[in-house]
Amino acid sequence: MSEVPNELKYAASHEWARLEEDGIVTVGITDHAQNALGDVVYVELPEVDAQVQAQSEAGVVESVKAASDIYAPVSGTVVAVNEALEDAPETVNQDPYGDGWFFKIEPDNVSDLDDLLDADAYAEACEDDDH
Amino acid sequence: MTKRTPLYDAHVQAGGKMVEFGGWDMPLNYGSQIKEHETVRSAAGVFDVSHMTIIDVSGSAARDFLRHVVANDVDRLKVSGKALYGALLNEHGGVVDDLIVYRREEGYRCVVNASTRDKVLAWFARNNTGAVLTERQELAMLAIQGPNAVALYEGLSGNAVGDLKPFSALEAGSVMIGRTGYTGEDGVEVMLPAQDAVELWRALLDAGVAPIGLAARDTLRLEAGLNLYGQDMTEATHPFESNIGWTVALKPADRQFIGRRALEAVQAEGVQRKLTGLVLEAKGVMRHGYEVRTAHGTGEITSGIFSPTLGYSIALARVPAEADGSVEVDIRGKAVPARLVKPPFVRNGQSLVN
Repeated sequence: MSEVPNELKYAASHEWARLEEDGIVTVGITDHAQNALGDVVYVELPEVDAQVQAQSEAGVVESVKAASDIYAPVSGTVVAVNEALEDAPETVNQDPYGDGWFFKIEPDNVSDLDDLLDADAYAEACEDDDH
Repeated sequence: MTKRTPLYDAHVQAGGKMVEFGGWDMPLNYGSQIKEHETVRSAAGVFDVSHMTIIDVSGSAARDFLRHVVANDVDRLKVSGKALYGALLNEHGGVVDDLIVYRREEGYRCVVNASTRDKVLAWFARNNTGAVLTERQELAMLAIQGPNAVALYEGLSGNAVGDLKPFSALEAGSVMIGRTGYTGEDGVEVMLPAQDAVELWRALLDAGVAPIGLAARDTLRLEAGLNLYGQDMTEATHPFESNIGWTVALKPADRQFIGRRALEAVQAEGVQRKLTGLVLEAKGVMRHGYEVRTAHGTGEITSGIFSPTLGYSIALARVPAEADGSVEVDIRGKAVPARLVKPPFVRNGQSLVN
C-alpha cells in the first residue's frame, strides 16, 4: 500500500502539493506514482520564473520504463526547482514527499489548492487505478 | 485468463511485481530493476523464462521441415548438442518469429517466443511435411546469467557445464542445459520438469542468486544489442533490415526455404534500411516510436531505454542504410543530438561504445 500523507493535497495526475508557511507551494509526485514508474532516471524541470498553469505540463519524469508528464497542481510562478534531482534522480523513488520534491510555485491564488483532492480522496482514486 | 508458470508462487514470495506479458502472469521486477540489471552484469541472476515455447521436432522428416521453415540452415549443426539462432520467415521475407534450434541425439528442439506461440504452432502445422511436432508445455525454463552463473549452476546441479561452448547444449536425463542467454553475459538456459525447476530456483536463491524480472531482461538484452521480436522486427521487416542478415543461410543455393525468393529480390534491389544502435548525447530517454532524423532521411526508434551500465539512453533504430554518425532524435518535440553506433553496447560487463 502506498503512503499518502494526510497534510498534503493531491492531483488525480499523481502530483502532491504542500502549502508552506511562506505561502509557497512545493510540488512532487506521489509514492504511488514513483512506485508505478519504477526507477526514475531523469527529471526535466521547468525554468525558475516560468509561469505555469494548473493542470498544464510543467515537466517530465522519465523512469527506465516510461516517460510521464508532470502537471502543475496550481497556477503561478516557479520560484525554485530541485536541482539535486539532476544528479540523483533516484531520490524521487527514495523520498517522494521529502528530498524528492520537483519545484516550488508562488501561486496566483492559494484557493486553487481547494480544487485538489485530500488524502482520502486520492487514496481512493489510486485504489480504483489498481483494479 | 492469464497463464502461470510453475514458479508463480515463488515469484510472489520473492516480492515479484506481477504483470501480464504475452498471455502470462510474469514478474516485472522484484524491487529495483536497475539493481537487478547490475547484479546480472557483476554476479549472477536467475530468470524464469518458462513462458517461452519449446517445440521438439522429430521423425525422418524433421531435418527437411526445419531446412524449409528456418532461414538459417540446421545442416550447420554438425553434431548433437549444437545450437543456432535463426528466423522463421513468411513468403515476403518478413520475420514470423526468431528462435533457437538445438540438434539432439534424435531430432531437434526449437525454442520460440511466448507471445508468438499460437502463430508459430499454426505456421509449423501449415508448412509441415511429415515431421513430428511436440510442444513441451510440461517443461519449465530458467536462465541463469552473469559472470558467476556457470560456476554457481555447476555447483548446485552437479552437471558439468563449464566446458560447454557458447551455443552448445547437453542433456542429462530430462534436463537440457544450453550455454545461451539474452543478456550479453556468460550463463546457461536450463529446460527441466516443473518440479525440478522450483527446486533449482529455490537452491539458486538460497545460494544468493538474485531473481531478475522482465524489466531488467529488456535493458540487458538491449545493451547486448539483441532484438526483441514484435518490437525490433516484425512480419513487416526482413532480416537484412533487422541486423540479423547473418542468420540467413543463402548457401547452399538449392535449399528452398520460405522467404528465400523475396530475400534474393531484396538483395538484387539493394537493402534500403538497417537496424542499428543509437546513443543519446544529451539527457533524456529514447523510446519506441520516436523519430530519428539523419542526413539521408528519417528513421524510427524500435527499442529505447536508459542504459543502467552506461548511464545514458541507448536505442535500436531502423534508419536509411547509408545513415551514419550524428543524428537527431525527436523527444517530445525537441531535437536531441544522438550518434549511430554498431550494437552491441555492452558485452561481459564492459562498454563497447567509444
